[in-house]
Amino acid sequence: MEEKIRVLVAKPGLDGHDRGAKVLARAFMDAGMEVIYTGIRRTPEQIAEVAVQEDVDVVALSCLSGAHNTLFPKVVDLLKEKGADDILVMGGGVIPEDDIPFLKEHGISEVFGPGTPLATCVDYIRSHVKREA
Amino acid sequence: MDVKLGVLAGDTRAVARAITWVENGDPRGAEVIHGVYASTGRAYIVGLTGSPGAGKSTLVSRLAALLAARGQKVGILAVDPSSPFSGGAILGDRVRMFDVALTRHVYIRSMGTRGSLGGLNRATRMAARILDAAGFDWILVETVGAGQSQVDVHDVAYTTAVVMAPGMGDDIQAMKAGIMEIGDLFIINKADRDGADRTATQVESVLQLSMTTGWNPPVLKVSAELNTGIESVVDTIERHRAHLVASGKLDALKIRMAKLDVLEILKARLADTMKQQLDQPAVQAELEKVASKQSDPYSLADIIFEQSWRNT
Repeated sequence: MEEKIRVLVAKPGLDGHDRGAKVLARAFMDAGMEVIYTGIRRTPEQIAEVAVQEDVDVVALSCLSGAHNTLFPKVVDLLKEKGADDILVMGGGVIPEDDIPFLKEHGISEVFGPGTPLATCVDYIRSHVKREA
Repeated sequence: MDVKLGVLAGDTRAVARAITWVENGDPRGAEVIHGVYASTGRAYIVGLTGSPGAGKSTLVSRLAALLAARGQKVGILAVDPSSPFSGGAILGDRVRMFDVALTRHVYIRSMGTRGSLGGLNRATRMAARILDAAGFDWILVETVGAGQSQVDVHDVAYTTAVVMAPGMGDDIQAMKAGIMEIGDLFIINKADRDGADRTATQVESVLQLSMTTGWNPPVLKVSAELNTGIESVVDTIERHRAHLVASGKLDALKIRMAKLDVLEILKARLADTMKQQLDQPAVQAELEKVASKQSDPYSLADIIFEQSWRNT
């Protein structure tokens, strides 16, 4: 039996900057994970549906537009609606320190800001993914 | 969540989880297949293969959109290469499929090859069975960007479409074997570009060299990007399907598929057993003998095979 961690790297909202998301996708691949990338400008509905169809363990959201307080919790809520609240949701991008407690209250398990070493994100996934029966 | 019942009810999350299990070789995957296999056999499986950049993903999304618009449920299995070094993968087929990703009745699953070399993932066949049991009318299997010899899709699909782009003239000449032999239809995509007619002619000329078996593979010119010619592809697939049914070939194919389903499982099990044997500490000394030429690979393989056989 060979379990692979599957990660959805997603860009919600009207933000076309996906350099960071692509660098992360590459880092996750190099760490042996299977990465599904959505492309830019996706809705929370699209992201939640893809997460379920692809049976991912993790959704990594990237947002540089400032709309994270709206978009990130929306994804979490939609996953819950679909009975997929076991999926780990993490966020990144340019997110002010002050917003992090709010996001964590709303189901974002961790928030990674600019300059986070790639290994930190990879290790976080490895130690937090829970595969339920 | 009872995954087996969920699959039979067509529940997306159950289908997705069952596919994960068969992909991982999880014993629960075998249980699900055991429970749902009797409900398979209704879906029509179409394979799409072709060179990287030929436009397979875009074409698949157009086909799915058209079929879904006709009220059909469509499952897509899109395979991308896994890194042979890390085992990881970036599965990017979806980027080009977003138009249909949220269409009702369309399910898309991305798969890495995970070490398989034939253009698919070892579990693609079983994933197709799961989608079949879940009530999908059509299953579209998209291979990795395939070259000459990645012809596994032919063993999974009833109808195989080879997708090409203009400007491949001399390549086609060189591709007489392998991929040119598995196409039930040939699609020249990006037909709005220069050279499409020439490529189509060259494909036709290569096809004329092969023996006909009651079905002459048509060569179609389409543009997935511009959404032209997609209906002709669906019509041709339907015609091929009708031909398989009328000629009795579909029944023969289904027996062949059953055999391959079993073979795939046997191969995986044997490979696991043999690998375990090979990793036994006792075998290391024997391996060193092979390395120092006191023994040879065939002799050691014979010994390991005998032992595995006794142990299973």
